[in-house]
Amino acid sequence: MDDHAASDFRSFFHNLGHNWMALAGALMLIIAILVAVFAPWIAPYSPKATLKISIEDIYAAPNSAHWFGTDDAGRDVLSNFIFGARISLIVGFFASFISVFIGGSIGIIAGFYGGRVENLLMRFTDIMLVIPDLPLAVVLVALTKPSLLNIIFVIGILGWTGTARLVRSQTLSVKERKFVLRARAIGSSNLHIIRQHIFPLVLPLMVANTVLVISLAILEESTLSFLGLADPTNLSWGQMLNFAFTRGGLSAGAWWALVAPGLGIVWVVLGCTLLGHGLEQILNPRLEWHHLSVGQKMVERKSGQMPS
Amino acid sequence: MKRLLYLLNRVKWALISIVFVIVLNFFLFRVLPGDPARAGVRDPRLTAQAQQALRQRFGLDKPVINCFESLNPLKLGGCLENPLDTQFFIYVGNLLRGELGTSYQSGRPVAEMLGQALLNTVLLIGIAQIISIFLGIVLGLVAAWKSRTIIDFSVLVASLVAWSLPTFWLGIMLLFSGSYWLNLPVMGKMTAGADFNNNLEMFLDLGRHLLLPTLTFTIVVMGEYMLVMRSTVLEVLSEDYILTAKAKGLNTFQILKDHALRNALLPMVTIIALNLGFTVAGAIQIETVFSWPGLGLAIFNSVGRRDYPVLQGAFLLIAFSVITANLIADLLYSYLDPRIQAEDNG
Amino acid sequence: MSTRVSPLLEVCNISIDYIGPNNTCLKAVEDISFTLNEGEMMGLVGESGCGKTTLMLSLLRLLPVAGRIVSGQINFRDHDLLNLNEHEMNQVRWRDIAMIFQGAMNALNPVVSIGDQIAEAIQCHTPINDRGRRHAAVDELLELVGISGERAEQYPFQFSGGMRQRAMIAMALACHPHVLIADEPTTALDVMIQAQILELLDSLRRKLGQAIILVTHDLGVIAEVCDRVLVMYGGVMAEYASVDTIYNNPAHPYTQDLIKAFPDLSNPGDKLASIPGYPPRLDQLPPGCRFAPRCRHAFQRCHQEQPRLYLLEKNHQASCFLVENERIFGNSNGKLPDLGV
Repeated sequence: MDDHAASDFRSFFHNLGHNWMALAGALMLIIAILVAVFAPWIAPYSPKATLKISIEDIYAAPNSAHWFGTDDAGRDVLSNFIFGARISLIVGFFASFISVFIGGSIGIIAGFYGGRVENLLMRFTDIMLVIPDLPLAVVLVALTKPSLLNIIFVIGILGWTGTARLVRSQTLSVKERKFVLRARAIGSSNLHIIRQHIFPLVLPLMVANTVLVISLAILEESTLSFLGLADPTNLSWGQMLNFAFTRGGLSAGAWWALVAPGLGIVWVVLGCTLLGHGLEQILNPRLEWHHLSVGQKMVERKSGQMPS
Repeated sequence: MKRLLYLLNRVKWALISIVFVIVLNFFLFRVLPGDPARAGVRDPRLTAQAQQALRQRFGLDKPVINCFESLNPLKLGGCLENPLDTQFFIYVGNLLRGELGTSYQSGRPVAEMLGQALLNTVLLIGIAQIISIFLGIVLGLVAAWKSRTIIDFSVLVASLVAWSLPTFWLGIMLLFSGSYWLNLPVMGKMTAGADFNNNLEMFLDLGRHLLLPTLTFTIVVMGEYMLVMRSTVLEVLSEDYILTAKAKGLNTFQILKDHALRNALLPMVTIIALNLGFTVAGAIQIETVFSWPGLGLAIFNSVGRRDYPVLQGAFLLIAFSVITANLIADLLYSYLDPRIQAEDNG
Repeated sequence: MSTRVSPLLEVCNISIDYIGPNNTCLKAVEDISFTLNEGEMMGLVGESGCGKTTLMLSLLRLLPVAGRIVSGQINFRDHDLLNLNEHEMNQVRWRDIAMIFQGAMNALNPVVSIGDQIAEAIQCHTPINDRGRRHAAVDELLELVGISGERAEQYPFQFSGGMRQRAMIAMALACHPHVLIADEPTTALDVMIQAQILELLDSLRRKLGQAIILVTHDLGVIAEVCDRVLVMYGGVMAEYASVDTIYNNPAHPYTQDLIKAFPDLSNPGDKLASIPGYPPRLDQLPPGCRFAPRCRHAFQRCHQEQPRLYLLEKNHQASCFLVENERIFGNSNGKLPDLGV
């Protein structure tokens, strides 16, 4: 069993090497996390620091003092960009943990117990799926106090539907496998079966799915911030874009204030997307060819054969 | 007969979803803090009579829902004799009459304000969806066919990048470049206060205003469709019946058209339906960035102005539209897939 | 003295490789030759993975992307099919040579009606523009295989396994091909349905003079309906003879073992004989005779050198060194020694 596991691990990393998407995505995410963690050391200025406010300091174009220019309040865009990574990543990770926890639990319970429980849970999931996320999130956040915790909570409780469906279908297929039936036969408790047998097999797909959920959460946070629903004192990337857009950044031609935060979002989300899709490919490898694949000629006779 | 039962089942679930949304909508706005009507009512500067008058005006003097206030089952005697005379049922009654309340800000009926907005949003989304569905299907098909070539790779990367762009940011970027280099309009549906000589001029003006929002929308939504179509077609092309088609002597084009496409389009219908929530989110962002007078902008503005009847009404309309669109997609799917008669998931 | 009639299909020395990653070459099929005449049914026997399907796919040039025909000729009515380009090959497919695939379950498009799929075959090669006549043609084909014409509008999921197989046969006959290849048409079907399918194929041969290649791993099926038999092992020809010879006078040890392994109902008390070991993997082919590792009679030369195909008597070939010896030293009565186990 150990040998088997070791060779599985080796082949996993072998596959990973072939799979550029997962590697590229992981790299992008690691860089983003490092930037966020080491923000105080990397950023040239403290983010909230405003300088002597004179007209020249507002929406100043990139110069030697401010590589990314300044924003509507004279703050250094680069520093805020670096610190902004923190908020986006924090919200993304924590909100998606909530989503995956809810979705995973619902999925496993529905898939494992079946019957009326499954029916009820899946019907509820279908209804939640049909209700559009962003409008509901807007309503929820608008009616409550804008704060970081609120945003995390709202995004978290709205983002679990995809995970629930995925985990349920995976649970259904695992449930029918022999070793589960054997475990039941020897009288293992349901909880034990779920913990020891079902969960480990569902986990890999859940991990791939979590990465994609994180990307969705980050996108949603930036959207909600852009729409002005977040706590304005937290300068996430979305919030920076909100300020730039609603405080005359366009008419001032301050492209630096609009491009930089957006690129940050794209970087992190693209990293998650690449990693998520890459992991999915590794876990569910697809055939290399299909019946219509373009390839070399089929007839390649080597020796000189005379046609009859 | 089985198909009819399936359709009825789908309609039933759509109705249940709508009911759920109505209930949710109602309770969210009653339960969560922040509703200025209620906040206004509690304003200590108001006299008791003024408070009572305000209460009556907004119907806040009636119980929220039968027995809601007294959840203690032993106090059942405290329920009203007329269960319909509660805030909830008044609300539902109004809905059925097409009344969505009155705007706090403008005093106009919400339904009137949002009617035109709905049409504007449908115009924007409709055109963009058609273009992106078409392009997504074609590019996805080609990418899967030419699997493992440079075409496939480019389409894949382009879709992933397109999917990762925040919609509002893409809008801003296009807005910036478009107005700077191409002198395209930056907001609204039409040039304000302009006098048009004829209909053609009006359409052209509309078109110039539609261009950037539609482009933004198409790019973002197309990414998802390309990705899904590509992976679906890859699966389909590995199926045995494709080899049979080849053996029959059909050429590649015929096989793609008559066999691959037909099978791959089925899951696409489902995906498009599932994606409607994403589409709506995109609409809200794009309308905000481009000041396009649709439901999305209405939501954005009403949040800023704390105009809750409008917010509530817009949310309801959007949710209804999505549920209805999903239902249509379900019905369409049942017509396309002959196997649906056998699989009744009801 | 009758003039030699040119055979319908003459396959000469076909070899097929699979190109793996890093350009590695796996020899899937090596040097196979056989002929098929009008109205003849040839059985192609061998274990799973011996290259039967690969060989058949090559006749229609339907190999997967990694497959390469590296030598030989496929002469259909004296024209080498391997010289045709893709467009010309599309004319040959289905119209001249048609194939029934293994596992008809998935070989039919699930969202198109059976009638439409058959009509598609007709329209591709022998188009009938009049809709009524086209429907009539489809119905006729279905009746031929025992399916009511009313079911033409139905979809594959509404057919049972056996019926789907028959529908595939109907579809294969749509253009009245000269050669019909049936790849394991009875596998995964129960015995009663198997018998029906075989009866159907046999009647096609008798009534329509259809030439058929029947691919199977089941010797019992061969015995019932085939005229000639080609036994394959590990990608090469083991034996090629008439069905009587194969059953009564098998020369190759593999054929002999196959026949012994087939349970004989007339001796129910016999123990089931099986052939120990497994067929060789394509990337681990033995240096000598492919069957040597499992052969009871293998001697040293068998492990070093690959035997050629030896002609024993008219229309009986086998590739085994034992036969070579026998032919050289030959028995006076022409009968092969009983290698008796």
